[in-house]
Formats: sequence, structure tokens, C-alpha cells
Amino acid sequence: MRTIKFLLYKEFKQIFRNRSIVALILFMPVMQLLILPWAADYAVKNINVALVDQDHSTYTQELISKISGSNYFNIVSTDASYDKAYRSIESDAADLVLLIPPNFKRDLVKNKTQKLFLAVNAINGTKANLGAAYMQEVIKEYNGKLQTEIHSVGRNSTPHRAEVTFSNWYNPHLSYKVFMVPGILAILVTMVGGFLSALNIVKEKEVGTIEQVNVTPIKKHHFILGKMIPFWVLGNVVFTLGLIVSWVIYGIVPVGSLLLLYGFIAVYLLAVLGFGLLVSTYSETQQQAMFVMYFFMMVFILMGGLFTPIESMPEWAQETIKINPLSYLIRVLRMIVLKGSTFSDIVPHLLTIALFAIGLNGWAMLNYKKTN
Amino acid sequence: MKRLLVFIKKEFTHVLRDKKTLLILFGMPIVQVLIFGFVLSNEVKNTDLLVIDQAQDRASKEIISKVQASEYFDIASVTFDVQDVEASFKKGKSKAALILPKDFEKNLMTKHVAQVQILADASDPNHATTIENYLTAIIRDYTNSLNASMPYTIIPEVRMLYNPQLKGAPNFVPGVMALILMLVCVMMTAISIVREKEMGTMEVLLVSPFKPIMVIVSKVVPYFILSMLNIVSILLLSVYVLGVPIKGNVLLLFGESALFISTCLSLGIFISIKTQTQQVAMLISLMGMLLPTVLFSGFMFPIENMPFPLRMISNIVPAKWFYIIVKDIMIKGLGFAAVWKESLILMGITVFFLGISIKNFKIRLA
Amino acid sequence: MEEVVIQADKLTKKFGDFTATDAITFQVRKGEIFGFLGANGAGKTTAMRMLCGLSVPTSGEAKVAGFDIYKETESIKKNIGYMSQKFSLYEDLTVVENIRFFGGIYGLNNEQIKNKTEELIERLGLTSVRKELVVDLPLGWKQKLSFSIAIIHQPKIVFLDEPTGGVDPLTRRQFWELIYEAAHNGITVFVTTHYMDEAEYCDRLSIMVDGKIKALDTPKNLKMQFEAESMDEVFYKLARQATRAE
Repeated sequence: MRTIKFLLYKEFKQIFRNRSIVALILFMPVMQLLILPWAADYAVKNINVALVDQDHSTYTQELISKISGSNYFNIVSTDASYDKAYRSIESDAADLVLLIPPNFKRDLVKNKTQKLFLAVNAINGTKANLGAAYMQEVIKEYNGKLQTEIHSVGRNSTPHRAEVTFSNWYNPHLSYKVFMVPGILAILVTMVGGFLSALNIVKEKEVGTIEQVNVTPIKKHHFILGKMIPFWVLGNVVFTLGLIVSWVIYGIVPVGSLLLLYGFIAVYLLAVLGFGLLVSTYSETQQQAMFVMYFFMMVFILMGGLFTPIESMPEWAQETIKINPLSYLIRVLRMIVLKGSTFSDIVPHLLTIALFAIGLNGWAMLNYKKTN
Repeated sequence: MKRLLVFIKKEFTHVLRDKKTLLILFGMPIVQVLIFGFVLSNEVKNTDLLVIDQAQDRASKEIISKVQASEYFDIASVTFDVQDVEASFKKGKSKAALILPKDFEKNLMTKHVAQVQILADASDPNHATTIENYLTAIIRDYTNSLNASMPYTIIPEVRMLYNPQLKGAPNFVPGVMALILMLVCVMMTAISIVREKEMGTMEVLLVSPFKPIMVIVSKVVPYFILSMLNIVSILLLSVYVLGVPIKGNVLLLFGESALFISTCLSLGIFISIKTQTQQVAMLISLMGMLLPTVLFSGFMFPIENMPFPLRMISNIVPAKWFYIIVKDIMIKGLGFAAVWKESLILMGITVFFLGISIKNFKIRLA
Repeated sequence: MEEVVIQADKLTKKFGDFTATDAITFQVRKGEIFGFLGANGAGKTTAMRMLCGLSVPTSGEAKVAGFDIYKETESIKKNIGYMSQKFSLYEDLTVVENIRFFGGIYGLNNEQIKNKTEELIERLGLTSVRKELVVDLPLGWKQKLSFSIAIIHQPKIVFLDEPTGGVDPLTRRQFWELIYEAAHNGITVFVTTHYMDEAEYCDRLSIMVDGKIKALDTPKNLKMQFEAESMDEVFYKLARQATRAE
């Protein structure tokens, strides 16, 4: 135990001596948390519509006013021809063309049905899908109103309809920030812990000081603990800073228990630091460790369920993701912070992460050789 | 000229010697393309749904069976109790609940209007909205079938342009190209030049009779070629694995890529001239170049939703313009006429950074 | 018979096809200054790293301070000090912090650390720079500090791998005074070098050529044996046989 005290003293001295790194460790996450949530707004809104109204009837005017009245659409141009409207899609001025054919009103009354044409820029599939769905919703709603009006004239039967009401739990305003902030926080904690621990041991290798330590009777696990504890503490500091920023800037206060949050983070950091150590035992230079870490971080982040839901991934990917520690943190942070999930809700995830912590550290410990 | 070739050859040996880094440089775009192509999607498929059937009548059962039959949903359980919903949401077991209240059929038939309630775990807003849309559509289909003879129906016919199957690939392939070029050209170039400075070998080169500018040229040539190879591998993957064809002119696409690579190289050179250590060069490339590229190129984060200051910043990020160019040529099949403005901006940025780099370089030598 | 503290028997280390150390056999007695000579690449550092427990031998036996170098490396480490070729104190720690750290991990108690620190700083004349970062010290000072830290726990043996590379003759002289002092206090010194004047300071010398020990005796006897005027000449005669390219 005494040895650890000396190791810790040394590590903390070294960390705090390098002012610029300390500043970076604390400043960068805060900056990112300030900027990223503003950028990561995937809400589909402000859909730009190029309108081609070739009917100019009372019906089309009513429909158009319904569209421009909805929150989702901006009518950016009214063109005479489809070709012209199409060019505004090519130049990205419009996302969607609504074409109302000539004699729309007359044919609707005469033929009982009438087609409308929607052309959507589908390069961004999600946006196209939701945009088209919203537009169809507006049209159907208008159609329903029309039917009741026309119908009620002369006849008594009203159509049967189901009135659907929505309750959006945990995020009633459907705000993307609420969704992204805990996820981004998860990534920041992982990056700080992973990169720092990976680079630290490799640096000792590169400089040669590790040799001097290896020749002392120091125990392997003491040395590794001495390396981990400082970064574990830093990880917690970054997490706390992140929680404060989420609260002050975004007004997000964890619904669930803080104790549970910190408990999970405590175990999770052990796993991430273990991963960093593992990478460091396999690398010779800092540049190499950095690149390897960068590669894994990228895969972890993309496949962590931050941007797209894990449930939407193919089966094999969902199985693969089970070995991505970051995916558990993103999920659990969202569960505790947004939904107020309790200990019994997250227990399976906690156990998995604990297994990761044991496995990764064990592997790193085995692979860290004092002798070669 | 011959001397230049010798230098370029030396640089190539350096680059090719570090196998681990090389593996990552070539593996990264492939892994990224595959992840984006086969893993990431927003589609709602087999989502676990809770159904609370308080009606227990013919209409409610029919709706439930329609929901069950759709590929979008799996019904996790059918219960009476709203209490179950909260527990299930908190465990993350299901994302939405459909509540069919008492007397659903009776209300629908006699009062013509019946209530349906959808509870969604809206922590992920888009996912929740999509689920709600799909459920609403299924319910509406059912009620419409009751009104079979209902006239005056407007049928919207939807055409998805450029990407009828709504694949993710057309959106991200250009983005991955921009990202990987940033990584190879800016970060690798900057680091490799700064490394020579750090080790002192730069001085040796500079005192040789070789022109200093040529030293830089020979440094960037290998990365230029590496980048082009990366572009080729991404495009091949895109066409043959993801099934996203190149609609426009391939030569034009390569020309524009070469232009963007030049822009990136000029940034890399600029960083290398301004920094003294590899670590600093690495950090600046990472924070100052890669991060903004991910943020502002438009393929991961929608620029149109960003607040005004961020949208302004996005205009000085070269990757944004390259992303637009590639999308226009590759996906929309447009010609040079559509992208000349963006090309001019990239050219301007390149000239600007090369200019200050050369100026700084000369000052240092003087 | 004096006590033997290092006993090596056919100690061999191969890296692939390359035999860095080829079945070397020798003994080092307690309290002597044992010189380990050889050209660059002769296998000195490899041999030393095996004895320190940093590297596992391919074959052969050895005991250091009475402990087996295969099974009891951790016990060996309690009884030895090591100073590597590459300067390896923490450059971003101060003089005092380095002493404190290594004292701590060698298990000295607070009282001992405190006394050692003061004693060391005074003896090495580092009082004015005690709170300075090691990175800012001149090379000669760094090496003296490095040596003193290597013997901070009063080991039985200290291994020095080319300890005086790159320093001026005066500082080298001072460094050897520290070595004598350590030997006087009963610490066995195992030192590699390629400075021939330093070789003369050793009690006994072994000369390695191509991974093998070609000669082992006192400097005086070696000169006689090779009919040489100086150690330089002895070394030159042996090194000429080398076939291994540098």
C-alpha cells in the first residue's frame, strides 16, 4: 500500500506539472459539451418546399395555407413548371417538390380520387422519409376535413375515425439536446480516460523510465493501480464538470439517482482505463498508441448508438455491439439521466461492464511484462 | 528532376515502413464505409411495442393483429395495466406503448370517433416520431377500411429522388471521403514534417543543395498518392459493395478530389510550419481540423438546424464544400457548371494557405 | 574464499537466429568492481539485462545475490540497483521528487527517505537545484543523481550500463569516485564501459567479443597475458577477432 502512495504522488505531480495538458483535459470536454449539442440536432424541421400549383383553385389554396401553417415546412418558391422546381432541388434550395396537377379540384370532385405528386431529395434518407411522412400527414388531414365537408352535405353518415393522441415521455418537447447531451458526456468521459491512460504508459516506454521502474521490486499490480487511480479521478472530475455544464447550460438534471450514476461511472472508468492500458502494452510509440486508440474510438462511437438507435441495426451488428463498452455507457446514462431508471433496471449492464473491467485489466496485466 | 525522384522515393520508404499506421490508414476508410453502409440506419424495424388493450373487442383485436403483422413492430406483451409501461421503458425493453381504451369499438361505430393513445419513450426524438408515424398510419389504414366507400380521396404519390430505397450510403460516402482525406493529408503530412524538425533531420535536408521547396514537395507526394488510393478504394466499395453508382463524370470527380487533397495538403504544410513538436501538431490537426470536419461537413450533423454562428463557421470548413461537390457529381450526376463556385472556394483556401506557408518558410530561412 | 554474488553458467540469449550472448560463464565476488568490456553490439547490455531480471535467458543458469534469474527475479530486484544506458529518471519531476519516488518504491520508510535525500543532495552538491526539474540539469549531474538513486536502498549489487557516456573527463573522474565509495561500503559494482581508462579502475575485467567472453582477469594480469602496454592494446588485440558487423 505504501508503494501506491508514492506512485500516486509521482503521477499527480507529473500530470499537474504539465499545465497545458491539464487545461486541455478540463477545457476540451467543456467546450465540446457547449458546442456539440447545438450541432447534433437531428430534428427534421425547416423542410424547404418548392411548390408547383397548376390548378390555382380554392382547394389548392386551402391546402397550401395548411402546409405553410405547419411547423415543418417553409415554402421557398412557387414555380410554374416541375422542371424549374426540380432545379431548386438540384441546387439544394429545396428539399421537396409538391406538384398539384391542373384541374385538381375538378377531377377530385368528378373522379372521386385525385393524385398529388411529391418528389423528395432522398440523399439523406431519414430526412426524406420523415419529410414525406409529415407532408402526407398534412394532406391526409386536409383530405379528412374535405371529406367530412363534402359528405355532410346531403348525407348523414360521417366517416369513422380514430383520434390518436401522443404522449412523449421523458422528452415532451422532443428536444434533441436532451437526447444528445448524456450521450456526448459518455463519449467525453471515454475519450479522456482512454487516450490519457494509453498515452501515459507508452510515454514511459518511449522515454525509457519504465526500465528503471521494472528493475525495482515493485509489484505489477501496484504499478498499474498507480497509473489507473489518477486517471480514474480525472475521469470523475470530467464527468462532474459535464454534469454541471448539462445542468447550467441545458437545464438537464438527472432524473435518477446521482449515487447510481457515479457508481456506474466508477466501474465503467475501470473498464475504459483497462482498455487504454491494453493498447499501451501493445504499442511502442505514442503516435502508434494514438492512432490505434483513434481507430477504436471511432468504431466505438459510430457503433455506440449515439446517432442512430441500436435497435435499428442489423442482428449481427447488435451482437457485435455487445463488446462495445461505450454503448453500455451511452445507454445507461440516458436511462438514468432522462428516465430515472433505478438500480434494478441497469443491473445487467452494470454486471457486463464489471466483467469488461475485470477482463480488460486482467489482459493488460498479463500483457504488461516487467521482463521480456 | 532526378534528385526530386530520389527524395520522393525516400519519403515513400518512410511511409511504407510503419506497417501499423499504414494498416490503419487504409483500414479506416473501409471500416467506416462498411459501418455506415451496413450498420447505421434510422429505420424502425421489429421495434418492441407494448399493447394495452383495455377494450378487448373485435376492433381492438384487429388493430393489434395488423400491428403484429407489420414488419415495423413486434408486440412484446399485451396487458391491461398502464403501470407496466413505465417499468418497461425504464429498463429500455420497449420504446412505445399503444393504448386502446375501453369501449373502443363501440365509440368507433356509434360515435364515429374513438380515442387511441400512444405513449412513446421520446428520449430519442426522431425514433419516437417515426414510431408514432408508423402506428398512426396502421390505425388509419384500419379506419379507412371501415370507410371503404368514402369518396374524394387525395392520393399523394411520392417519388424519392436520387435514392429511392432511402439508403444511408449516398449521404455518407462523400462524407467519409472528406474525413479520410483530412486525416491522411492534414494530420499525417503535418506530423511527418514536424517529426523531421523534431529529430533535426530537417536541418540536414535544408543545408543540402536541394531547394527547400522541393523538400516539402517530396514530403507531400506520397500522401497525395495514398489519398488518391483511398479515394479509389472508397469509390470501389461504394459502387460494388454498397450499390451506389457514380452518376456524374468520374474524371471530374477525381479532378475535384485532387483539388481537395491539395487544399488539405496546404493545411498540413501550414500546421507543420507553425508547430515545433509532433504532439502539438497532432493535437492541432485533431482539434482544429478533424473535429470541425466531422461537425461541419454536413454529413453527420445537419447544418441547417444549427444556430447562426455555427452555420457561419461551417462556411470556412473546406470539407463542407468538398462534400457538396461530391454529392452533386456522384449522386445527383451534375456537371462542372453546378460546382464551379465550390471549386473556386477550395482553390482560394489552398492558395491562401500555401501563400502564407511559403512566406513563413522563407522568413525562417532568411 | 570470498562470497560469490553473481554466478553465471553458460548464459545464452538468442533473438531469432541471432545469438546476442553466447554461453557466457563467470563469477563476480562480493565487494569487487567488475568491468564488462566489449565493442558496441558485443552483447554486454543483453547480458546485463538478463542478470537484472529484465530479460529472460534462452538457456543457461545464473544466480544473482543468491537468487535464480528464472524464478526469483523479484527477489533479485530487491537486492540490486540498475542504471541504464539511456538516462531514465523522470525529467518532469524535481531532484527531490525523484529521490523520494524511488526511495518509496524500494520500500524505504519516511525517516530513511528524508535522511537519504539530505545526504544525497549534500554529497552531490545539488542543494541549489533541489527543487529544479531534472530535465534542466547538465548531463553529468543527471548521471551522478541517477547513480545515487540506483543505490539508494543499499543494494548488494549495482549494475551500471555505460554510465559515463557523453560526459567530460573531469565529471567521469568524479563519477568513479562515487563508484569507489559505493564499493568501499560493500556494494558490488558491475559496470559496462568502452572507455579503456575506466577499465583500469576495475578490480577484474571481462572482455566480450561476438557474444562470448574472450578474456577475464585483473587488468594487470590481462596486460601480462596479452603482452600489452595498456588495456587499449589488450582490447584492440581481442576486438580484431570480431566478425560481427556493427
